[in-house]
Amino acid sequence: MKQNESYEEFIKGIWRDNPVFVQVLGMCPMLAVTNSAINAIAMGMATFFVLVGSSFLVSSFRNWIPKQVRISCFIIIIATFVTVADYTLLALVPKVHKELGAFIPLIVANCMILGRQEAFSSRYPVRLAVMDAMGMASGFLLALFSLGAIREILGDGALFGIDLFGENFEPWIIMILPPGGFLTLGVILLFFNWFRFKKDEFLADVAAAERGGN
Amino acid sequence: MNAPAPSSLRLVLTLAVAGLISGIAIIGIYESTLPTITANKARELREAVFKVLPGVSEMQQLVYRDGGLVATEERRKEEQAVYGGYDREGNFIGYAIPAAGPGFQDTIGLLYGFSPEQKQVVGMEVLESRETPGLGDKIYKDADFVGSFRALSIEPNIVAVKKGAKARPNEVDAITGATISSKAVVRIINEAHAEWLQRLPPAGAEPPFSDTDPASSGGSP
Amino acid sequence: MDNLAWIFISALLVNNFVLTYFLGLCPFLGVSNSLETSARLGLATTFVMLVTAVCAWLLNTYVLIYAPYLRLICFIVVIASTVQFIEMLIKKLSPALFRAMGIFLPLITTNCAILGLAIFATNRGYGFMEGIVYALGAGIGFTLALVLLAGLREESELSNIPQLMKGTAMNLIIAGILSMAFMGFAGLFSSA
Repeated sequence: MKQNESYEEFIKGIWRDNPVFVQVLGMCPMLAVTNSAINAIAMGMATFFVLVGSSFLVSSFRNWIPKQVRISCFIIIIATFVTVADYTLLALVPKVHKELGAFIPLIVANCMILGRQEAFSSRYPVRLAVMDAMGMASGFLLALFSLGAIREILGDGALFGIDLFGENFEPWIIMILPPGGFLTLGVILLFFNWFRFKKDEFLADVAAAERGGN
Repeated sequence: MNAPAPSSLRLVLTLAVAGLISGIAIIGIYESTLPTITANKARELREAVFKVLPGVSEMQQLVYRDGGLVATEERRKEEQAVYGGYDREGNFIGYAIPAAGPGFQDTIGLLYGFSPEQKQVVGMEVLESRETPGLGDKIYKDADFVGSFRALSIEPNIVAVKKGAKARPNEVDAITGATISSKAVVRIINEAHAEWLQRLPPAGAEPPFSDTDPASSGGSP
Repeated sequence: MDNLAWIFISALLVNNFVLTYFLGLCPFLGVSNSLETSARLGLATTFVMLVTAVCAWLLNTYVLIYAPYLRLICFIVVIASTVQFIEMLIKKLSPALFRAMGIFLPLITTNCAILGLAIFATNRGYGFMEGIVYALGAGIGFTLALVLLAGLREESELSNIPQLMKGTAMNLIIAGILSMAFMGFAGLFSSA
């Protein structure tokens, strides 16, 4: 049970184990709410709140929750945080809530959150669990934002509602429609694969050079 | 180093405690946000009604019950309602009627203002739509289209015609490139109106504006 | 809007649960490598959706009026119980089928399509018949999308895909093209 420094727990969620691009989790809300950057960020923050809050509670009570009912307990905790987030958003920013629609309650079904509780929070002390949760959630937020930004810039010619290109830009409408979500994520994953492939290649070259001596 | 399996009582107890704490948290957030949420919803509705009924400064919900319109804040789930708009002196201006129906992509929800005295549609506001961005969404982004519902005769019904071909008082220019969405808006209004026309009281016999405090239950005499 | 035919066709084709609303993506991308498994999973999901729609309507009409904030938790409990019940049912009625379905049955629980169905139906105020028709359309639409993708994946096994594209990246791009194809169904009901 190698325990990293808490800083490492945080960082790993952003790049190396990014929940969306590497683990390919949490798909459903991803594609649906990323038709604009602001929606993506709102969803990312809501998920951040739910993930960190649940991880904190799960880790705090991890010695009291019997194994047999742990999944049910996790789901109860997660659903509570989601309901809190739902009502809070509805009260504070009704316009954003309307855009995200039914996808806020669907955060509950986000396999990333349940997966994190099962794989990490229920086994590690609070500080590490919270850092891990914050890292994963930040990685998720970054992924959502990049997807939302790309789709909004290409599909609307704007970012955060601010026009970027002026009159003559013909927006690529398909990007803010459902196919755009699939295609954008597919292409981004393609780049991720390419990076990893290149990195593995580089490391293999280095290893071969070291083995060959000189 | 296996601990003995926890008893069923322990399992049930854990779930019960979790459920209890969860319930308290949820009820807490619900109660604390309820005033804000209710106020937001009321404000949104007011703004929409005021947009489709120009000159209105007061409104009340009119529920269709037992063959007539009743001014009341309570509405049972199966009951349908419209909104009556009144000016500052309490004179009846018009009805704001909600309507919905299939658009090009998905359901379009809208509110339209109707003046029985002039037999005209006096405003239209799209509340919900998932039409194609850049094309179908012009039904609420195109000011000309929305504006063409300002003084639109509704006898016998509204007709959407090709852009530029508008000739009669009950015709509306459809949006180029969003013909189906525009026609859907017109069709939705026509269908809702056919339903509501027979329910509305004769002109002049509209329910008067009763200054019911929303906090008190029931209507005033 | 209460038009039953529109609700059905909308959920099935025009606003397909998977290809338009992005619900049910986990099984869509994870399970669709075999045509047969996809069809079976789709069928099981449809059944769970039907039961969930009815239960959601019952809850909404009789219970949740007093405690709307408990909606999410109640829905989750209903879905988990339904899947558990179906698992036991299949195990008893047809052990062979149970073995064939394997891990996929419990996976239906975390399928956001079912929770999404319950939430959408609630938000739109669907009644009993509307809920059933909606669940049918959504379930068959889900199955349709799954089967289409599975068929395409089985075909593409035999072709020369670049190494980097293999896996989820390729499936997403195929899904994107499928989604574009389904966009052609828009306007099916509105030629007024």
